[in-house]
Amino acid sequence: MFSTSSKSAYWEGFLASLPFLLVVAPFGGVFGVVGTEAGLNLAEVMGFSILVIAGAAQFTALQLMTENAPTLVILASALAVNLRMAMYSASLVPHLNAAPLWQRALVSYLVFDQNYALSVQEYETRPERPTAVKIAFFFGTATAVAPVWILSTYLGAVIGALIPPAFALDFAVPIAFLALIGPALRTIAHVAAALSSVALSIAFAPVPYNLGLILAAAIAMMIGAEIERRMEARS
Amino acid sequence: MTMASWHIWLIIITLGVGTFLIRFSFLGLLGNRALPPWVLRHLRYTAVAVLPAIATPLVLWPAATEGQTDPARLGAAVLALVVGYVLKNAIWAIAAGMGALYLVLYLGG
Repeated sequence: MFSTSSKSAYWEGFLASLPFLLVVAPFGGVFGVVGTEAGLNLAEVMGFSILVIAGAAQFTALQLMTENAPTLVILASALAVNLRMAMYSASLVPHLNAAPLWQRALVSYLVFDQNYALSVQEYETRPERPTAVKIAFFFGTATAVAPVWILSTYLGAVIGALIPPAFALDFAVPIAFLALIGPALRTIAHVAAALSSVALSIAFAPVPYNLGLILAAAIAMMIGAEIERRMEARS
Repeated sequence: MTMASWHIWLIIITLGVGTFLIRFSFLGLLGNRALPPWVLRHLRYTAVAVLPAIATPLVLWPAATEGQTDPARLGAAVLALVVGYVLKNAIWAIAAGMGALYLVLYLGG
């Protein structure tokens, strides 16, 4: 796996991932800050970024923990946010299936939105490349992104304790969610799912144990999928 | 947060294992088995279905104003969403949202 072409693919991936550090570092920093503000200690904040290593799910869990939601609702919501990664996993199979199990396991741990998108783009441009080269490219894209996520969380957690309340950091959490939603609204079906989610979360706000969230999300997801189905049937 | 330390770690570890299994699902466990199209179709909408349902109450009824709807925060939220949608960029969305909020809070005293 350390052939010349693997090595150059590794560095190609590494270089291609560098612009994404501008996204990953601030998000990790914000998670460190709001995690500390919410009352997690340093080990717990780091536990999230090292073991879960998935931004949107971490923010989801953290928010519901501060609302004292039931544990099952916290777990279901955060894992639902991550379900898109099952789709990522499925789309990597044709390219990486021949790699040893330990490499596929390590790839799985390191799947982020950004380096996944880079890698799939590369694999579809050059599908003829051997598996070892494709694996090297993926590890290249993850080499900077994953440590920067963890390190920026640490810096956020340490610095967060020093930031005065005048900075309205309470609102960094909803802003972080909205910043993830905006770019994800790629089609009418995505917009419809998101708008339904907003309306239903207001309608179901009085439902106890944060179950309104689960209901709203489940119905909104079905609305998105149904609109996509109808649009495809029409075209 | 009023959670006990063991409870927090239970959540972190369960989420860690669950998230890994989701990422490992096809690469490690299910291989080349194709998902039925209707499942894939639903998976595409999980993030845009869950995230707004979490964000909406936070925007409409912020804890910092004791649940009273705050025009400054509402405006900042709408701006962050619009900037993220138009530029397809999360960082500009955060910068616009927090920047607008700081500006209004500063001007409003």
